Amino acid sequence: MAEAFQSIAARAPPVRTGGALPWLRRNLFGDWKSALATVFLIGLALLVLPPFGQWAVANAVLAPNADACQAARGSGACWGVIAEKWHVIIFGRYPFEGQWRPAIATLLMIAAVVASCIRRFWRPWLGLMWLAVLATFFILMGGGVFGLEPVRTDLWGGLPLTVMLATLSIFLAFPLAVLVALGRRSQLPAIRTVCIVYIELIRGVPLISVLFMASFMFPLFMPQGMTIDVLVRVLVGITLFAAAYMAEIVRGGLQAIPRGQLEAASTLGLGYWQTQRKIVLPQALAMVVPSMMNNFISILKDTSLVTIVSLYELTGALALALNADVEWRPFKIEAYLFITAIYFSICFAMSRYSLWVEGQLGVSRTR
Amino acid sequence: MPPGTATPRSGPGAALPTPPDELSARPVGRRPRRKREWSLRSRAVRGLLYQALALLAVAAVVWFLAHNTQRNMEVRGIQSGFNFLGQAAGFDIGETMIAYDPSQSYGRAIWVGVLNTLRVALLGIVLTTVLGVLVGIGRFSRNALVRGLCYGYVEMFRNVPILLQLLMWYLLFVDVLPPPQTAWNVADLFYLSKGGFSFPAPVWDRGHAWMGAGLLAGLAVGGWWRRESQRRFELTGHDRNRWAVPVAAAICLAFAGWAAGGAPRSWSVPEQLPFMVDGGISATPEFMAVLIGLVMYTAAFIAEVVRSGIQSVSHGQNEAASALGLTQRMQMRLVVLPQALRVIIPPMTNQYLNLTKNSSLAVVIGYPDVVSIANTTLNQTGRAVECIAIIMLVYLCTSLGTSALMNWYNRHAAIKER
Amino acid sequence: MSTVTLRIASVTALVLGVLAALPAHAGKDLDAIKARGALVCGVNTGLAGFSAADSQGRWTGLDVDYCRALAAAILGDANKVRFSPLTAQQRFTALQSGEIDVLSRNTTWTLTRDASLGMHFVGVTFYDGQGFMVPKSLNVKSAKQLKGATVCVQSGTTTELNLTDFSRANNLAIKPVVFEKQEASTGAYFSGRCQAFTTDASGLASIRSKEAQKPADHVILPELISKEPLGPSVRRGDDEFFAIAKWTFNVLLEAEEYGITQANIDQIKKDSKNPGVMRLLGAGTEDTGKVLGLDKDWAYRAIKAVGNYGEIFERHVGEKTPIGLPRGTNALWTDGGLMYAPPVR
Repeated sequence: MAEAFQSIAARAPPVRTGGALPWLRRNLFGDWKSALATVFLIGLALLVLPPFGQWAVANAVLAPNADACQAARGSGACWGVIAEKWHVIIFGRYPFEGQWRPAIATLLMIAAVVASCIRRFWRPWLGLMWLAVLATFFILMGGGVFGLEPVRTDLWGGLPLTVMLATLSIFLAFPLAVLVALGRRSQLPAIRTVCIVYIELIRGVPLISVLFMASFMFPLFMPQGMTIDVLVRVLVGITLFAAAYMAEIVRGGLQAIPRGQLEAASTLGLGYWQTQRKIVLPQALAMVVPSMMNNFISILKDTSLVTIVSLYELTGALALALNADVEWRPFKIEAYLFITAIYFSICFAMSRYSLWVEGQLGVSRTR
Repeated sequence: MPPGTATPRSGPGAALPTPPDELSARPVGRRPRRKREWSLRSRAVRGLLYQALALLAVAAVVWFLAHNTQRNMEVRGIQSGFNFLGQAAGFDIGETMIAYDPSQSYGRAIWVGVLNTLRVALLGIVLTTVLGVLVGIGRFSRNALVRGLCYGYVEMFRNVPILLQLLMWYLLFVDVLPPPQTAWNVADLFYLSKGGFSFPAPVWDRGHAWMGAGLLAGLAVGGWWRRESQRRFELTGHDRNRWAVPVAAAICLAFAGWAAGGAPRSWSVPEQLPFMVDGGISATPEFMAVLIGLVMYTAAFIAEVVRSGIQSVSHGQNEAASALGLTQRMQMRLVVLPQALRVIIPPMTNQYLNLTKNSSLAVVIGYPDVVSIANTTLNQTGRAVECIAIIMLVYLCTSLGTSALMNWYNRHAAIKER
Repeated sequence: MSTVTLRIASVTALVLGVLAALPAHAGKDLDAIKARGALVCGVNTGLAGFSAADSQGRWTGLDVDYCRALAAAILGDANKVRFSPLTAQQRFTALQSGEIDVLSRNTTWTLTRDASLGMHFVGVTFYDGQGFMVPKSLNVKSAKQLKGATVCVQSGTTTELNLTDFSRANNLAIKPVVFEKQEASTGAYFSGRCQAFTTDASGLASIRSKEAQKPADHVILPELISKEPLGPSVRRGDDEFFAIAKWTFNVLLEAEEYGITQANIDQIKKDSKNPGVMRLLGAGTEDTGKVLGLDKDWAYRAIKAVGNYGEIFERHVGEKTPIGLPRGTNALWTDGGLMYAPPVR
């Protein structure tokens, strides 16, 4: 009888595939091309980042002192320009004493937007809350009641204007977009033609020309004596523009609804509007949420174009703050980086949220 | 079925009976007329009513606007009409692609603007496609640093408004570069300064037109060679090099054309003058800022489009291709990209249109595109409605043209499903 | 009625109602101003000495003072003015479309503008000419030496046209870089993008004093290459408003001719026996305001609000200000200048 158990030499342990070092080996030095790229990029970073760090942080001047900034020019960033000018950049030409009003109004608006994003707040009273927030916003900004000093709309500017234009145009454009999308898919040829002409016309021209038209030529279109606020005109322009793009997105969602849904609805005796309201739109809109979020981000970025029609939102307010002031004009780059950071944080947050929503709706099929 | 037998009409193996004539044939004689009931309960009638109302509303709004405009213009003595396009412009344009003189008409000035816009748009589309595709493919790279860099690039450039980016690029060019009096130069041939980037260029002569014709002929020969090679490969399985002959044909025929046209050899070389750098072809800082700003902004979006296109091809395709023994490159070229193109092309068209429309922002940094020139014309002649209509018309035509082109490419290149 | 009929009827009613409710009243400019209670004045976005706002939002300048005088004449209060800053691109469409009542924005009076843009020029408040500004380091003594130079200019102005004419007449092949906003063009000049900057000579002085880091480093070349008579303008269609606007400026000149200033106007109104002065200030029996549709004290209010033309000039662009312009052609005709007002009678 053979021996019950004979031990053999231990086998070598398996190669580790997890952990930091194997990860580095695989991802940075996988093959010779990858290794070359890693070396090149690290070399580039070592070349560029330390001087940038020196400029942006080490030698930077934080105090709002024009002379110190001038002395450090070229070798250090002048973040003092932001400390000095942030009032005008963020609030535009709004009167200095009343600037607490746009501050509160903007915070309220941003809070309302954030609240609308959280699932817990998706209740029926959300609509009422929005109405209240909008009313408060306009009362705070415009004044004239409750003892607040009236402030004309062409003095509104900066971040409050950006936030207001973006939010209001999204709100107003959405119902219009749904109607136009439904109209574009309508069986009635006249309505379909009108909607197609509207969508193709607006999508074919740049936003600048729509804004020019809205702000310069609107008064010519109105009967004599009737004046429309410049803010309203710009808002109408942006809304019409946004509605055309949103209508195309909604149309994509409508097209994806299987015909069986419509047939089943008509079998149940639902009329056209009932079908749309109860069956089609809930499904279609849920399907297009990621594209819509993308569109919302574009609308926020497009509000920066109202600078061209002399409404001083964030980008325009910066030009206002620095162009006329000789002392601080050389430090435009730092101010530009400041508002880049503001736009980036807002848009990046929105795109992250959109990814989360996509995940929640199970729309994406990531591998 | 064995040859020689026709399909029997009855019995086993018979064909199915054809439907009787009354159901399939058109009815002979007059159909009884359907009495149309003009009741609101009928869907057709309601549809007609809604359409009539909609058209009425649209017509009324249009009439209202037009009537007001006309009356306002009458009261204020503002003239209207497009006859101003024939009047002398009187203003100069900083950079033009065709010869332009201030004594020429407004129409010509606007045409110069259109060409400037097209120049930025076409060059921008080519460059942004290249950059965007590279960054999009880079997102799938094996190297984590490359992946991270591409991701960072996309997020950085997508989330900042284009106007801000254009302003920053322009500021960078104007602040960092040296004044034209002391331009940076490389070998006295390439100059870079606040006045622009100048490089040597051949002086246009008839011989260059011949060279162009020769190049076209060479490309035609190359195309024919490739099609021939493909046909031979499919028939016999023998493949031959598909690049050598087309390239050689293009070069040789271009050279032949150049020689036939008189072999022009003169070059315009930039040189440093007291105020500026003259000669060669120069790209102004405005043009460079607009081009680079637009290219980098749109490339971020195109990278995302390419990425989602490649991701849309299911991974099983890659695995099947590997199982068949195709290399990574062949997988990408023969299996993944053709399928991905179907998903990529429509959003890509959108991005091209966006780039063209965003080029209208060049008016802010002083590049004389069509919006800038139409604005000046608007100011000098007072014809606001006409000038804005011209701007919108130009962009509409460009958009429609680009869409049509991309739709053709879509139909041609995308896989046709069964 | 069935649901469907009801629905259709309500939609029809809504559509027709909206169309009918849109107002269509034709108002005149003067009535609109009085009804609104404020004069809307189109001014420059920021040109020191002519129209600029300080950080508190208070507007000062020569063009601003004209608007204040007009508001005082029509509405009785110089502060009943709303200032609308406009770029050179927007100014004419803003006036044509009714957004502003009067354009007081250092605008040159030319034939095309008078005849084809639907406006009337009220008068010349400043006789000017177009000039060039170059950095001293360029060592250029005359505009004719600017061969092949790049010049920054603002779009939509006579400046652009005159530059082209000058360049062609003298064979200079000047390359213009055209910006929409004035701040962009001055910014480009001061950062070195262009070798020269061109606008009205008064504008050059103002920009150099306010926006140059070291004003002494920039030189205004001696040539004035064009005539630039700057003046306010109003829309066509309301002749009464045009007359009031015209004569408001004329009384400011008449006041200087008579030696009436902001300081002594009350005393002169009480004491003077000069029939011309009494007629001007409404101290006597003659009422010049009635034919214009205003009350008797309109000229008195206008002059009291801002002073006479000389005071306005000295206060904003005179030799004691950083801009430091001499009266020159803007002096009264009795002092060898071009300022000559038709008689107020």
